[in-house]
Amino acid sequence: MKFKDYYEALGVDRTATLADIKKAYRKLAHKYHPDVSADPESEAKFKDVAEAYATLKNPEKREAYDNLGKHPAGESFTPPPDWQQHFHTGEAGLDDVDLADLFSAFGRSGGGSSGGGHRRQSFPMPGQDYEIAAPVTLEQIHRGDEIELSAELPEYDANGLAHRVPRTFRITIPKSAANGQRLRLAGKGGPGFNGGRPGDLYVSLVLQPHPLYRPDGRDLYLDLPLAPWEAVLGASVHVPTLAGTVELNVKPGTTAGQKLRLAKRGLASADGNVGALYAVVRIEVPKTVSAHEHELLEQLAAASNFNPRKHFA
Amino acid sequence: MSTPLSESVWLNDVDVCQVEYLAEVSGLSIEEIEDLIDTDVIKPVDTGTPMRMFQLRYVVTVKTARRLRDDFELDQRGLALALSLLQRIDELQAEIHATKARLGHPR
Repeated sequence: MKFKDYYEALGVDRTATLADIKKAYRKLAHKYHPDVSADPESEAKFKDVAEAYATLKNPEKREAYDNLGKHPAGESFTPPPDWQQHFHTGEAGLDDVDLADLFSAFGRSGGGSSGGGHRRQSFPMPGQDYEIAAPVTLEQIHRGDEIELSAELPEYDANGLAHRVPRTFRITIPKSAANGQRLRLAGKGGPGFNGGRPGDLYVSLVLQPHPLYRPDGRDLYLDLPLAPWEAVLGASVHVPTLAGTVELNVKPGTTAGQKLRLAKRGLASADGNVGALYAVVRIEVPKTVSAHEHELLEQLAAASNFNPRKHFA
Repeated sequence: MSTPLSESVWLNDVDVCQVEYLAEVSGLSIEEIEDLIDTDVIKPVDTGTPMRMFQLRYVVTVKTARRLRDDFELDQRGLALALSLLQRIDELQAEIHATKARLGHPR
């Protein structure tokens, strides 16, 4: 089992009062709470902070934790023998049990190394909800792919101790799915205790950035680079879409920033409608030109009376 | 359509559920959810019937409410205010995202 320094996680001294611990927790919760912070790493930080607070705010759990002594964070250690007796782990031991899960089980099973006499909770406790992230691509959403997800989730043994075990789920992504959308798998979370209902598993879709397309709701945006002469003279260009390449007619005199709409080439919505693909025109200029091209451009400059800055005058 | 608890469901804005379902999956009381309805954090859909129904995506909202309530020890008023502000931030982020999508990749 790996040791975790809960005092370090909260940034308090081992002699901190309950009020100090609560104050430190609140300060860090405001900073790292995943519903408040935009920092993608905040969720893991908040988990550490909440885990530390859950143990240290409870006098019995704190006493049991303090009895473990002080170790460097992450150091492997063996819990006292009476913990193994208490949890009836036998030869299986507590090696694969997370310290947080162990202290969580204290509340349900009635105590730890600090001695007996803890009251066993008998009211129904609902099981814990779990959430796992599922990275998905626009192509997978467009096709409505089935994807496989693997995650290590806690499973509880007969003594109420959680052991992390790998689990695999297969889910079908609806074609109307969006970034952040969740799938609720009822009852697939942690087990309830004392008759409480089991928790749920939530799968959260995380849309991966695409090298070409930028989604806005059910619409997609794509940069369409054009050569200056294509924009001036018009052209027929091939444009990639999620459903395959299409030919797009660019009208003569097309300007930079203009959006060319390809209906029903976006993403599907739940009501059956399909968004559009917008090709946003960009005029690209060659960085180097051949002598012949240079000569032709000089001729164009001499022949043309086009002044893009006439409104300056 | 109404969603039984035993199903695995996508939490979208098309399928709907009743307020009791939101309470069941979130652990909030009906009274706490009513407070979120009163402050427009959660809005019922117009089904043309007297029964109030809510988009399933609100499951995420009420679960967030439950987390905030527990983790920050918020009362009902504080909870409604926090959720309103978070919702506003979500809307602004969506607007920024949409604007960036329309403007194109920086070069």
